[in-house]
Amino acid sequence: MSNQRRPVNRGRRPGHAYTGEKMDFKVLARLLSFVMKRYKFHILIVLVCIVVVAFVQVRGSLFQRTLIDDCITPLIGSVNPDYSNLFAKLSQMAMIYAIGIISNFTYQKIMIRVTQGTISEIRQELFRHMETLPIKYFDTHPHGDIMSVYTNDTDTMRQVISQTIPQFFSSLLTIVMVFVSMVSISVPLTVLAIAMIALLQIALRRIMKQSGKYFIRQQDALGAENAYIEEMTEGAKVVKVFNYENKAIAEFNRRNDNLRSCGYNANKYANIMGPVSANFGNISYVLAAILGSLLILSGWTKLSLGSLASFLALNRSFNMPISQIAQQMNSVIMAMAGARRVFALLDEEPETDEGRVTLVNASENEDGTLSETQEETNVWAWKHVHSDGTIDYVRLRGDVRFHDVDFSYVEGKQVLFDIDLYAEPGQKLAFVGATGAGKTTMTNLINRFYDVQHGHITYDGIDVKLIRKADLRHSLGIVLQDTHLFTGTIEENIKYARPTASHEEVVQAARLANAHSFIKHLENGYNTKLSGDGSSLSQGQRQLLAIARAALANPPVLILDEATSSIDSRTEKLVQSGMDKLMSGRTTFVIAHRLSTIQNSNAIMVMDHGRIIERGNHSSLLEKKGTYYRLYTGDLEID
Amino acid sequence: MIRKLAREIREYKGAAIATPLFMVGEVILELMLPYIMSIIVDRGVQAGDMSVITHYALIMIACAFASMFCGIMSGNMAAYASTGFVHNLRKDMFENIQKFSFANIDKFSTSGLMTRLGTDATNVQNAFMMVIRMGVRAPLTIIIAMFMTFTISPELAPIFLVALLFLAVCLSFITVKSYKRFSAVFRQYDDLNESVQENVTNIRVVKAYVKEEHEIGKFTGAVVKLQKLFEKAESLIVLNGPIMSIAANGSMLALSWFGARLIVGGTLGTGQLMSMFTYTMNILMGLMMLSMLFVMMTMSIASARRIVEVLDEKPSITNPESPVFEIADGSIDLNHVSFGYYKGEDKRVLSDIDLHIRSGETIGVIGATGSGKSTLTMLLPRLYDADEGEVMIGGHNVKDYDLTALRDSVAMVLQKNVLFSGTIKENLRWGREDATDEELIEVCRLASADDFIRSFENGYDTYIEQGGTNVSGGQKQRLCIARALLKRPKVLILDDSTSACDTATDARIRASFRTTLPDVTKIIISQRIASIEDADRVLVLDDGRISGFDKPENLLKENQIYQEIYETQKKGEQE
Repeated sequence: MSNQRRPVNRGRRPGHAYTGEKMDFKVLARLLSFVMKRYKFHILIVLVCIVVVAFVQVRGSLFQRTLIDDCITPLIGSVNPDYSNLFAKLSQMAMIYAIGIISNFTYQKIMIRVTQGTISEIRQELFRHMETLPIKYFDTHPHGDIMSVYTNDTDTMRQVISQTIPQFFSSLLTIVMVFVSMVSISVPLTVLAIAMIALLQIALRRIMKQSGKYFIRQQDALGAENAYIEEMTEGAKVVKVFNYENKAIAEFNRRNDNLRSCGYNANKYANIMGPVSANFGNISYVLAAILGSLLILSGWTKLSLGSLASFLALNRSFNMPISQIAQQMNSVIMAMAGARRVFALLDEEPETDEGRVTLVNASENEDGTLSETQEETNVWAWKHVHSDGTIDYVRLRGDVRFHDVDFSYVEGKQVLFDIDLYAEPGQKLAFVGATGAGKTTMTNLINRFYDVQHGHITYDGIDVKLIRKADLRHSLGIVLQDTHLFTGTIEENIKYARPTASHEEVVQAARLANAHSFIKHLENGYNTKLSGDGSSLSQGQRQLLAIARAALANPPVLILDEATSSIDSRTEKLVQSGMDKLMSGRTTFVIAHRLSTIQNSNAIMVMDHGRIIERGNHSSLLEKKGTYYRLYTGDLEID
Repeated sequence: MIRKLAREIREYKGAAIATPLFMVGEVILELMLPYIMSIIVDRGVQAGDMSVITHYALIMIACAFASMFCGIMSGNMAAYASTGFVHNLRKDMFENIQKFSFANIDKFSTSGLMTRLGTDATNVQNAFMMVIRMGVRAPLTIIIAMFMTFTISPELAPIFLVALLFLAVCLSFITVKSYKRFSAVFRQYDDLNESVQENVTNIRVVKAYVKEEHEIGKFTGAVVKLQKLFEKAESLIVLNGPIMSIAANGSMLALSWFGARLIVGGTLGTGQLMSMFTYTMNILMGLMMLSMLFVMMTMSIASARRIVEVLDEKPSITNPESPVFEIADGSIDLNHVSFGYYKGEDKRVLSDIDLHIRSGETIGVIGATGSGKSTLTMLLPRLYDADEGEVMIGGHNVKDYDLTALRDSVAMVLQKNVLFSGTIKENLRWGREDATDEELIEVCRLASADDFIRSFENGYDTYIEQGGTNVSGGQKQRLCIARALLKRPKVLILDDSTSACDTATDARIRASFRTTLPDVTKIIISQRIASIEDADRVLVLDDGRISGFDKPENLLKENQIYQEIYETQKKGEQE
């Protein structure tokens, strides 16, 4: 079974809710400019089309007046009616409709392009930017949250770009046009219509406020329920073993009941919004009809029957966009919350790299100095260009030193104190100590996942801060505690560091890592597809692949973070001998979880609370009868 | 499937029925309005009769208010019914899951169950609400509006039939076709998510090997593919708008043309023509709703199916008819037991295990990963049932015992152990709810946990985070052992439960078991030879078969596997 669970969408995080958030115009403006910059021409056409569509719509409503007053009423009573005028007007209207339909289709079609293009580019930009972020970002942000930026947050933006914004614009336009037309037909009727709308909006606002309040509660309740489900299903086996089923059900029911009552209230208010606004529209329609009829009969104004028909139609098309705008506001606010998170990720400071020293292929001159070549010589050198233009070449050997290094992840909580150490090429250094002693932190600093605040680290005598990060990391191999593999074949995974490697080299690396024999036995051998972090393989097999991957990269310095999980002794032996082969001839930093694997180290550092409290080799440390001795005899826990 | 789900409505049936009934009222009243309007125009305005106008106007307003009332009631009932429905769904799923055996859980996987209780349930809830509201409203609107048009003018009504037919054909074509394209989109979505997730979790590897550009390239490919698929799917959906417009505008023009002749001919009133225009819009809206409903339904069918799977799943292990409640002692007999996780497959995890353990013995179990150590012990508390042979505890077949009684007597500390969010006390009391504080302390002493618990600021009231992330691995294991001890079991199974503890603690725990729990049968699975070499007997498993079962000193002489393990581990220590 996969131990890397796919993140489950646990309802929205609090504050991610339907209303309650204020409209963020800065974010909206940024989103719009993002779209505009790329699709200026497209948007222009869309705008024109929307204007046309709105115009056609109003013309359609006004057409009833023309139809009744100009084409039908004059003919009533005539013995030999002449329908040519009617035909002409209808043909004209058909033309207008056709234009409207074409415009509508055109703008929607263009909007697909604009929306999908924008979303796609946002995702690409997000990803491109994410890859440049420092490890710190990933260590301090829940992975589920990062994932949801790509999915939930960009999806709400899609909705807004493709529908809400154009609809918003067209609603606004329709409102203006309809208003003007209404006023031109009858001022008293317009006043009535506006008054009704105002009333409706007040009512809707009240309902919406209630609904929003309960939607937030519903999301919280859903979150609480999901958290419980997660905990109980993850621990399902323990639940069984302890006969805890009934108690789990009782607690679940409590949360589920709460969710139901919040959900009921939220949906109740949301559901009654529709009928309220529809029937308000109806009442407004009725009142306008009555007032209109009175006006026609009284003869106070020159209102014709056709005009009244048109007005009633207009009144309907007046109500609709206003309710729409109110509803759209909600989804815009939601989407802006999503957009804000998208932009927040884009605004994260990328990893900086002021390093200028690069790694180049070199060849040795007769006098022992090095010079740069384009060929693959297997001799590497650090190329150091000084500010005065002179160039130094330093042979890549794998000499790593810490000088008075202090470090803290969060200001004020120092993790490492005054670390001094040196590793000469080919030496093996081991770190032991309890969880939180600072072992892993040391390795984070060597490859500059994090930068030291005080003191410095040198690599072949060069401060690592001067080395270009990419080159520094190329010169370091790393095998981590939890093996992470990628979707793709086994061969692709081994070749991860060097895609140009030949199949022979891959097999060679796999042999070195003791992985060859198990790969060979798989049905598709090196072409076996892995997915879900290699979940089809055992923990031990995954580790062997990670060793092979590092072996193919062939770096002079190696960082090994031993696995903590227990694998069976036979595989363990394979892993260990693979690691030993990988380490030979390389400077190696080992974070040890079992003392048996590090006894042949050149130096063992016992760490405690960010300090090296003991150092020496295995036998000298045993003689000292200190912490290492107590760990070794099982008096202290390593964990 | 639908019937199955419908049964879950239960106490919310009233509301589920009231919703469409109120909806019928709302729709009928709403659709009366244009008709009354036509009377006002034709008999009132054109005839110049004020009394007709006021009379019918009052009726209209009454209708509008009554319609609003029905609408509010219907919306309210729909919310009540749908939230109640999903409440029942979740409740029944969760309760059934609690009855699941390990085999059932393995079948669905944890994340599979999470999706079903979460997203799937929400999808079905929304679909249900749509059905009881729109599912009634849409067809009813179309039928009544059609009926009204036929009443008002049988000559004009066929225009609607033509428009309706045109729309029905076009819309169903689009819906069916786009459904297929959208499925492709969703599949691609999964790939995209996987790619992002992989990068977020593997970021250290990506950075360590300087592969950012490579990953960006891969991701860009996936995104662009998604974009293309999406555009293709949506390009069908945008046809909806123009098609609706063609139908709407075409009907308007046709109505105007033929209607004008009828008015001039004197068989149709102007007001009636106006009401026909309104009915056109009503019918079209109804159709639009129907197509939306159809899309929603197809999208939630997959969710509904997944939910029914959980509801239908029969727990593979159930209580016997007349169970035995008393477990006499901790003696264990396995008579030629065989077992495999996947029925129908030949792959056996355990084959022909014949094993007899006396009450109170300490038994070590050792063997390579996959040799069947954990599986063997899981048969004892009936977490799985043996395929062949008998599993006996205290002289009875485990299948004869009451499940709760059996699992209370057979305490098991699982390999992948879990603590729950709550205080240490609360976690321990999973073992026995009514345990006193003294009893808690006693078991914690036995499990060598008392010392470190006391070193915490809040002692036994220390809050454990979800997944037990704020205690170390060794501490977690000791808490889990204490929790199991609290059950006062007859058989205690430790499945690699001290792997993260140091050897001294490990030895201390075993020593305390020996002195304080002499009658309890102890089965200790371990990778560490040190943890089992002082056991009464050791069981060596190899590929699901017994390779040896004897005193450790005898095994060291005779059993090759035992010797091999012994040597690799002892060598490391002596060097």
